[in-house]
Amino acid sequence: MSATLEHPGAKNVAAESEPRGTEQVAGTKRLVKGNEALALGAVHGGLEAFFGYPITPQNEIPEILSGLLPSLGRVFLQAESEVASINMVYGASAAGHRTMTSSSSPGISLMMEGLSYIAGARLPCVIINVMRGGPGLGNIAPSQADYFQACKGGGHGDFHSLVLAPWNVQEMFELPALAFDLADRYRTPVFILADAVLGSMLEPAVVPDQIPPLRKVSKEWATVGRGRRAVKNVVNSLYLDPEVLSAHNETLQSTYREARREIRYDTRFTDDAEILLVAFGIAARVGLSAVRLLRKQGMRIGLLRPITLFPFPSDAIKHLAKQVRQTFVFELNSGQMVEDVRLAVNGISPVDFYGRMGGVLPGPEELAEQIRSRIGRGDSL
Amino acid sequence: MSIEMAMMGKASADDRPATTCDDVECVMARPASMTDKLMHYCPGCTHGIIHRLVGEMIDEFGLLDHTVGVCPVGCSVFAYEYFQCDAIEASHGRAPAVATAVKRTDSSRFVFTYQGDGDLASIGMAETIHAAARGERITIFFVNNGIYGMTGGQMAPTSLIGQKTTTSPSGRIAETTGMPIGVCELLSSLKGVAYLARVPISSPKNINTARKYMRKAIRAQLENKGLGLVEFLSTCPVQWAMSPIAAMKHIDNTVIKTFPPGVFVDRVDPVDATSTPMPAVAHTGAEA
Repeated sequence: MSATLEHPGAKNVAAESEPRGTEQVAGTKRLVKGNEALALGAVHGGLEAFFGYPITPQNEIPEILSGLLPSLGRVFLQAESEVASINMVYGASAAGHRTMTSSSSPGISLMMEGLSYIAGARLPCVIINVMRGGPGLGNIAPSQADYFQACKGGGHGDFHSLVLAPWNVQEMFELPALAFDLADRYRTPVFILADAVLGSMLEPAVVPDQIPPLRKVSKEWATVGRGRRAVKNVVNSLYLDPEVLSAHNETLQSTYREARREIRYDTRFTDDAEILLVAFGIAARVGLSAVRLLRKQGMRIGLLRPITLFPFPSDAIKHLAKQVRQTFVFELNSGQMVEDVRLAVNGISPVDFYGRMGGVLPGPEELAEQIRSRIGRGDSL
Repeated sequence: MSIEMAMMGKASADDRPATTCDDVECVMARPASMTDKLMHYCPGCTHGIIHRLVGEMIDEFGLLDHTVGVCPVGCSVFAYEYFQCDAIEASHGRAPAVATAVKRTDSSRFVFTYQGDGDLASIGMAETIHAAARGERITIFFVNNGIYGMTGGQMAPTSLIGQKTTTSPSGRIAETTGMPIGVCELLSSLKGVAYLARVPISSPKNINTARKYMRKAIRAQLENKGLGLVEFLSTCPVQWAMSPIAAMKHIDNTVIKTFPPGVFVDRVDPVDATSTPMPAVAHTGAEA
């Protein structure tokens, strides 16, 4: 993974939140399932307490954690609902622990009120969404239709979660640790946005042989029980005075601005690119194959894959938009991230979009053909 | 009995040295676990009494240092302002879920929730029942005044048949709104419940009974026996459109006919062999 930072000057700040590199510790390369990688990655990243409710296609995550966490003296609890799950996450996080839930699209919708409270109370936590087709019950096939929900807040009020999008099983293992570090540093919820294919695919990945001991992160604000502290701690999101709530909101917004130093993305074949493809997650896997196909046919096309969907790599996309003739966005939805791409490009060059919905995952040939046939057609707006 | 008389109940922290001021012996003081913040409750509301009882209990058991209170949405949404302990404000109905996680991540904590009837018995019923079924080692203080006080007097799941509220202006009708939910009756079938009792907050005598019940509900947690819950039959003079004294009398004369007081479950001091506590689950906290 070639994680590229948007602001090179900020590298030192971001470096400390790099996930524990697999090169630093003894590990074994083996076939790992995506959901298994997420579960193991979370435990290696210091997960202390997991709360969740069954839903396809992410059930391997709670199944693995239900055995692993208690064996480590950590907490696993199958909640009565996603509503309870997210509020248990709220409680465990308030009490100072690294905590996580995982679910899939309809279950994530149920968590949105709790997520808003978590964001309002400035609590760190990790939420995994192994996305499936929607709306409603939809299906259990891969989708990226929850981009808006994850990246634009999702619940009520002005808030954001940080959002990470893995594209292979190795990243499914590595990103949970990064997510916990980011959550603790910025005191925000952090989403990992995967999908039904990433969750269910088997790929070679390196997993360290030993689970590292828990690193206790100091949280002076946590409601752990007062002990000898001079003042009590209160975790809440209630500010009746509009001026006070306004100031609280300003704090949240400045946090999101600060988090821009964490922007990560991956570029392939962009140095000489005349055409830019932007895609994330599994769509970027298809996208890279399409780029290779089109390169063989002589097209100078490159790929930019956002790894952080929020904060969004706007500057990098804007920079490339000045270089290329046209930008394509490919998503497994009706066109959600493309809105952020258009805001970044801001009319510098045309932006076109291709997407499939309902759990359909097109192959590289289909995507390549779409890009070929649309060259020069201009902005699809 | 007036509220003032009720509030004169002897402070139970008997080991606390009596202090003097202006050569007058101090026979009663604010519990050390409470702040001196002026309460926002309406005149005649029993929240103040119940808050004080909670404060007394935290003092009596010496729990302040490792107590985490969970106070969700409702009239008591500011309860964290009145206690000296660490506190978490929960969303409407979810306090048992929040408390579950706080307790499970470190079993040395004393964790209580303070919930109203709309919170516990309507929007949060699922969290209530499942926390009880799992036998969570938490203590729930359930304030049942049969109405949504904070939002302006709407019908609650515990409103009495015939009770006039802003959403049952002609009086609650069973045919269209069902019957009041008896939370103690409902939860008493669950084996995870270690202590379950209901008490009216209507007289000094009953307040002393409340203290007795609260001690057991706290012991249910401290002795790792299961969930403890005390239901307080409480007044809402403003939304009931009664004077504080009439509201107290209304509890004794009317409310207890629908919600009979008493001990429903006691596995803390079991009186018979069938009341054995639920097997202790591994509530091990994560290693430091």
